[in-house]
Amino acid sequence: MNRKQAATFLGKAYLWVLLLMLYSPILIIMVFSFTEAKVLGNWTGFSTKLYASLFSGDMHRSLTNAIWNSLVIALGAATVSTGLGSLAAIGLFNMRPRARQTVRFINTIPILNPDIITGVSLFLLFVSLGISQGYTTVVLAHITFCTPYVVLSVLPRLRQMNPNLYEAALDLGATPFQALRKVIIPEIRPGVISGFILAFTLSVDDFAVTVFTIGNEGIETLSTYIYADARKGGLTPELRPLSTIIFATVLLLLIIVNIRSARTGKKRQDG
Amino acid sequence: MNRGQTLFTKRANWAVPYVVFLAIFVLIPIILIVIYAFADADDKFTLANFRKFMLHPEAVNTFVYSVGIAITTTLACILLGYPAAYILSRNSFAASRATVLLFILPMWINILIRTLATVALFDFLNVPLGEGALVFGMVYNFLPFMIYPIYNTLRKMDYSLVEAARDLGANPASVFARVVLPLSMPGVASGIMMVFMPTISTFAIAELLTMNNIKLFGTTIQENINNGMWNYGAALSLIMLLLIGVTGLISSDSGNGKEGGIL
Amino acid sequence: MRKSEYIIRVKNVSKVYGDKTVLNQVSLDVRKGEFVTILGPSGCGKTTLLRLIAGFQPATSGEISIAGNNVTQTPPHRRPVNTVFQRYALFPHLNVYNNIAFGLKLKKLSSVVIAGKVKQALRMVGMTGYEYRDVDSLSGGQQQRVAIARAIVNEPEVLLLDEPLAALDLKMRKDMQMELREMHKSLGITFVYVTHDQEEALTLSDRIIVMSEGRIQQEGTPIDIYNEPSNAFVADFIGESNILDGIMLRDRLVSFAGYEFECVDEGFGENAPVDVVIRPEDLYIFEPSEATQFTGIVSSCIFKGVHYEMMVQTPGGYEFMVQNYHPFETGREAGLLVKPADIHVMRKERVCNTFEARSVDETHVEFLGTVFEVRPLDDIRNRKSFRVEIDFDKIILHDNEEDGQLTGEVCFILYKGNHYHLTVSTDSDEDIFADTSDVWDNGDRVGITIPPAAIRVKPLTCGANE
Repeated sequence: MNRKQAATFLGKAYLWVLLLMLYSPILIIMVFSFTEAKVLGNWTGFSTKLYASLFSGDMHRSLTNAIWNSLVIALGAATVSTGLGSLAAIGLFNMRPRARQTVRFINTIPILNPDIITGVSLFLLFVSLGISQGYTTVVLAHITFCTPYVVLSVLPRLRQMNPNLYEAALDLGATPFQALRKVIIPEIRPGVISGFILAFTLSVDDFAVTVFTIGNEGIETLSTYIYADARKGGLTPELRPLSTIIFATVLLLLIIVNIRSARTGKKRQDG
Repeated sequence: MNRGQTLFTKRANWAVPYVVFLAIFVLIPIILIVIYAFADADDKFTLANFRKFMLHPEAVNTFVYSVGIAITTTLACILLGYPAAYILSRNSFAASRATVLLFILPMWINILIRTLATVALFDFLNVPLGEGALVFGMVYNFLPFMIYPIYNTLRKMDYSLVEAARDLGANPASVFARVVLPLSMPGVASGIMMVFMPTISTFAIAELLTMNNIKLFGTTIQENINNGMWNYGAALSLIMLLLIGVTGLISSDSGNGKEGGIL
Repeated sequence: MRKSEYIIRVKNVSKVYGDKTVLNQVSLDVRKGEFVTILGPSGCGKTTLLRLIAGFQPATSGEISIAGNNVTQTPPHRRPVNTVFQRYALFPHLNVYNNIAFGLKLKKLSSVVIAGKVKQALRMVGMTGYEYRDVDSLSGGQQQRVAIARAIVNEPEVLLLDEPLAALDLKMRKDMQMELREMHKSLGITFVYVTHDQEEALTLSDRIIVMSEGRIQQEGTPIDIYNEPSNAFVADFIGESNILDGIMLRDRLVSFAGYEFECVDEGFGENAPVDVVIRPEDLYIFEPSEATQFTGIVSSCIFKGVHYEMMVQTPGGYEFMVQNYHPFETGREAGLLVKPADIHVMRKERVCNTFEARSVDETHVEFLGTVFEVRPLDDIRNRKSFRVEIDFDKIILHDNEEDGQLTGEVCFILYKGNHYHLTVSTDSDEDIFADTSDVWDNGDRVGITIPPAAIRVKPLTCGANE
């Protein structure tokens, strides 16, 4: 029994060391978001000035623009991907096996392709078609790599669904559109929502595909802004509080979701 | 009922818009890479782009070096990640799920910011920014991609197989070596794909981690495309695509060809 | 000699998960070479018992020995038993040959020896030539055979089989039953077989152990168990039965369903309440004549392949199931007869609900963790604790849980000819028994009410009539 306890303890210790390693860069950002120094790693005393300037609009106009662009692009791409992908998942689910396999295979290409390949290939598409690059091309590119994830998060929901629900709705007099809206969509909603969230975060985080499809008209997203910034010699100080806030928000959300699901899980067990 | 209505009623047809989209934005672009790779500036067929790569020692060196870095990173991720996934899978479900989330959480911070923070950390600890920093930085970034699929396959494994092995006389060590490890290979395979692929193709991360001192193959591709050498860039992309295809085949083969836990 | 006679000895073994007792003081001896079946409904603890013998789980208390050695603390890989798992548990990453060779390789036998043994095991299960097939490509029956071969190739002292045929279709199951019997004969090793299928148990076993709610209810040969069930549960679970409340008037005379019958049982005393069991094939049905013991109206008649199964309603309101090769039209009157030797009389385990109680005030007592109103009785005041009795038919069950004074779950239903006898497990894990003519299902949640008039208060001291 004692050996077993020792093994469990060692295992836990190992996990915590790994987590500490993974989190140390993030901790550094968080700690240094509370000081004014221009260079990350210099401590010039505690200050919340960076947070203040993040919200007062005191910072570089180009950073505000980049954040705004990132959000707009992500919202657009995620919305279109979610619609397109959910419909596609329903269609896919009802296809004959051979056709379904083919489409599923093509669907995984953007997931398996490295970003740089997706970026180069879309770049070649846009220049071949003579489309000038900008907002539209970035959004299209983001839809390309986001939709497959939506499809993959909706499909399992459909598989869990009672296959006769749709027929039952039609049998009771619903039109196909009503059946979709009143029966299928409520059933697959969790998959659709997690697909949307996934698409949104993938889009905000993307750098490699964006770089190849954003063109030279000076549009920047958060990622390209940071990249350009870093090449010029460092991280814009305001990005430290920004990252801290994003991370804290996500952490908080996850904790809430977890506590909730733990509670409902427990309730279900008790009942 | 008119024709439009039947088209809509048949639910298989709801995928048609996406199929069209996939054709335009996934299939045609990949075909374009192949076309550009085998063409010269005047759109004539040529092998010159590949010849240029072969005869250019710097390009070949960069390629080999990148593969080396990617393999090292992947191996480091397996060595660090497998034990973590194994320990996690042995914990109770609720506890392990929370910990797995902790491992995935850093992904929510922009990868470039994370990389810059890693650089700051290395500065802080006086670690020189070179090859070691590059591999460490990539492991930082991609370790969760290794842990998650392995954890998933281990979690889904039928526990009665472990009991069967014990029943047939296997001690804990042989249960692991003969049953758990081989059965988790699909997870390892998709972990390899998910770590090897971004490390081989990355460009920005390597630049930031080494202050532009080490150039990886991804950077070469990006520079060529940026400088208008589309045909050569396409050829290099095709080479990378082939490399990734081969890796995929090898890793899925070692994973017994069964679906791993990508998501 | 006792040591070698019994290959498995299970002594007072209990298994508790949290606050749930899965096995309650189970003792069991298995003779060398025996084919023993542990039979019971799902959740009765039979699989847990098998897993304790195999060593996958530790016993909470008690002792298990195999081949004379105490193995209570021994891990499974050091026990001389092998298991055939419910869903086979074949290693998907290994082919048929390597699955079967798994245990032999761990023993570090030479590859020539292994090859020979695997070949022999495959021949034994009729799978010669399948060595290099992928296990996923095999049918359910074939996987089952490989699982058996994988276990017997290690030449275990005991083969444990956990519902091995449950996943097969009916035809396949029948074939495999015969093959298992043959295998048991030719191997000469001990088989411990777990199933919920009573027919399978009757067909295969030398000895059957009937389990329910973590306890052994009866053990004996299939014929003993079928012909002389020791209680109403066993009678109900093994085969079809008519089970009725009866009164043993005196030796060899029993009354039930409003009639008196000659029987062969003795020693119950006079006017003792008993359970009476009659197998449907032991009830003779014919045109009413002088031989008729009682009559009834045929209310349904269903062809069951070989025989007809008929329900017959007696004028007194009792229902009997009768099996016969000749059908009787629905609605006709028929005569019924049962031979004295075919009436099985068993002592009732209980004649009413009995609980220990505590007085609260003159009109309230507490038992089952709940306070109940009772008719005011003087002698309550004088005692702190006493016993209450409630007749089965006075318990009131409600559909709506909130309507009851306490809540519970229906866990066992016995049809007694004109009413149902229910076992309701309360949320504090005590059993209440209720007679009702309403139809309930296993697992139904119910509210329970006990009216004040139904509660009889008895002194604690003379409560030992069991």
